[in-house]
Amino acid sequence: MKIKNIFTYCFISSLFLFSLICIWKILVTLQGIELTNFNFNKLFIFGIILCTINLLIGKKLNLNIKITILALLFSIFDYFISKNLPIWYSFGIFLISLFFFNNIKNYDKNFLSKNHSSQKLFFNFLTIFGITLFSFVILFPFYMMLVTSFKTQALLLLNPLDFSINFAQGLPELFKSYFIVFKDYNFGRYMLTSTIVSLGTVIITLIFAIPAAYAVARLNFFGKNFLSTSILIIYLFPAIVLVIPLYTIFSQLGLRNSIEGLLIVYTATTLPVAIYMLQGYFKSIPKELEEAGIIDGQNWLGIIFKIILPLSLPAISSVALYVFMIAWNEFLFSLMFLDRPNTFTLSRAIQFLNVGAETPRQYLMAGSVVVTLPILIIFVYFEKYLVSGLTAGSVKG
Amino acid sequence: MSSKLAKIEKRTAYLLILPSVLLVFSIILFPIFSNIWISFKNVELKDLRIPEPRAKKLVKSINDNPNQIKVIYKLRNSSLTQEITNVKFKDKYPDDIEPISLNNKCQFKSNLLKCELGNWPKKYRENLEIVFQNINNQEISKKELKSYKPKLSGKSQNILLTYEFTLNNFKKVIKDKAFIDLLSTTFYYTFFGTIGAIVFGILAAQMVNQKFFGRTFMRSVLLFPYVAPVVALAYTWELLLDPTSGTLNNLLINYQIIDGPINLLGQKYVTLNILGFDFKLRLALTTVIIFEIWRYFPLAFLFILARLQAVPKELYEAADVDGANPIQKFLNITLPQILAVISILFMIRFIWNFNKFEDIFLLTGGASGTRTLPINVYQQGFSIGDIGMGSAVSIVIVVFLLIFMFIYFKLLGKRADEN
Repeated sequence: MKIKNIFTYCFISSLFLFSLICIWKILVTLQGIELTNFNFNKLFIFGIILCTINLLIGKKLNLNIKITILALLFSIFDYFISKNLPIWYSFGIFLISLFFFNNIKNYDKNFLSKNHSSQKLFFNFLTIFGITLFSFVILFPFYMMLVTSFKTQALLLLNPLDFSINFAQGLPELFKSYFIVFKDYNFGRYMLTSTIVSLGTVIITLIFAIPAAYAVARLNFFGKNFLSTSILIIYLFPAIVLVIPLYTIFSQLGLRNSIEGLLIVYTATTLPVAIYMLQGYFKSIPKELEEAGIIDGQNWLGIIFKIILPLSLPAISSVALYVFMIAWNEFLFSLMFLDRPNTFTLSRAIQFLNVGAETPRQYLMAGSVVVTLPILIIFVYFEKYLVSGLTAGSVKG
Repeated sequence: MSSKLAKIEKRTAYLLILPSVLLVFSIILFPIFSNIWISFKNVELKDLRIPEPRAKKLVKSINDNPNQIKVIYKLRNSSLTQEITNVKFKDKYPDDIEPISLNNKCQFKSNLLKCELGNWPKKYRENLEIVFQNINNQEISKKELKSYKPKLSGKSQNILLTYEFTLNNFKKVIKDKAFIDLLSTTFYYTFFGTIGAIVFGILAAQMVNQKFFGRTFMRSVLLFPYVAPVVALAYTWELLLDPTSGTLNNLLINYQIIDGPINLLGQKYVTLNILGFDFKLRLALTTVIIFEIWRYFPLAFLFILARLQAVPKELYEAADVDGANPIQKFLNITLPQILAVISILFMIRFIWNFNKFEDIFLLTGGASGTRTLPINVYQQGFSIGDIGMGSAVSIVIVVFLLIFMFIYFKLLGKRADEN
């Protein structure tokens, strides 16, 4: 029993250490450094040896000294099997192994004889490894987008694995793609269009949605229940089933290639969710406040403006941010309705760049950064509001 | 008194909801119904241009005679498919000018030239020539004549508004040999995309639910793929997966995991050998599904995390006392607690993945075995140009959607009853 526990402990720990080292090696490779082997066999066996030593020492030595020695041993071993690598690579290995041994420093023979020790160990490692892996997988495409936009065509073809940023070349050279994208590809104009369309959608949606949500939340009228259920159902209809009829109607009315046309469609498609989110919040405002307003002689408009709106600012901001995000990211309708470059939104312009003539990829990625960055900044800055918007509006996506 | 108040309340309510209802009706509900109308018609993209009578005005001087001038109108029907009936023509002339001769279709009265040009068949062309003279024998200014533009009007049948219907579109949709393949691709994509997103959502939520350094930052980072614009992400992935200069292929070759580059987005099948059996995996479709999972697991994560944080800690403490292991704790405590969220998430994501257009369109354009129903709507309607067919495919989607919604609301109702 004990032997089995020790064996699984060593196996899992060493595998975990090796996986962390693998991620580090991939990161190093992506900085353009030549590294072609994970050295699985040697590192794995040496890891098992070190884990066993750690177990044998237990708490006989000062823990900090123990982990430093073990980490140093591991880094030196790695340094000798993989030669000609920069010093920061080995330093990274040292930090990772330090982190790893810090995690297992408390384990000794007693711990392993406890119930489920190996399962606990496994899930503990899985969590750490999972967090690392998830962060890498999520962030790498964004990082790649950014770095590619800083490169030149020649460098990109020379070594596709080199994702280091060369700051030595000076800022104008670094941001060259951005200058070109804004100057030659007219991205300033597209950005303005996107901003106008998104902000316009937010304003018009709120103007339409606030009164309607108030009516649904507070007033009694015939067909109220029917209305509030149909809001959700309408919201579930996707853009793809609307696109052909809207295209035919808009072509005949001459609304294609116009910002007005886009505004109408965006507003209509975001209205149901805006009403749905707002009415839920309005219902939570105590009725007594409004009754006080009525006694003071306010009419409905006064109640909405002077009582409901100031109280529901958080909900309104999350609706506004959510609607802004939808309008900014929207692609299908802008693809269908816009085919003249002077009316393009950012998303449509990037698609046009990709489909059109051979656009160098650094320009494409610079354009992608231009469209992504504003929305990510807004997201990080207003995360609280946007997350509640996402949760409420998540029926769609 | 109270009934009067109720009446006022009712009137206000209708007033407040009317703008929204009208807008939603005209932009969402009306198109859904007009889909039905269009799908029974034989309409093509080129039919959508409304036929217009057009005229180009040419002014030519007549040899040696400066006070006479010839005006030529090049008339044509802009439509290649439809006739225009009852065409009327109007043009203005400066003072002191009158026509020398006129054919019987036209009249000249107080500086206005008016013509009744009758019916024009499709592709119709005609030249109308009229010679003018100045009454006072003065030179006619060409520039002034050109500055007036002729106005034409005519009636044409709008093909969308006729009462001719056909079942051909639906016959074509169902008889198409690729239809079964189309359906199976759509369901394959929808099902695995949904399941994958939920599984990774659970994993991520389990991880973030524990305390560690940088947890709030991690939560924001996990939501990035869902928040960022799909265009940017799809093109980044396309570069990432590119067979020749893409990062992934180069990385795998660099570490000798694969021998040659794999075209992950452009290859329909890959044969895998597992335990001696050959499996044919739909490669491009799988890649698109992975992108889909990558982009939408954050949503599942957000929901499941919110639910996990509401699970009472006492349950886990009790399980510790009972000596349960981590797997037992997950299966017997966590899973039952999040099951309700998962089933609702599954339905919502299923409906939305079923209708997903942008992701596949941007990554593969529907090539190499990734054609789903929504992609087919686009291809029929806009690549082939058969609007009627596109609408018919949309109707197929709507029918499926209604079935899913029925199940979803049944489920939602059941959950509401249970609580």
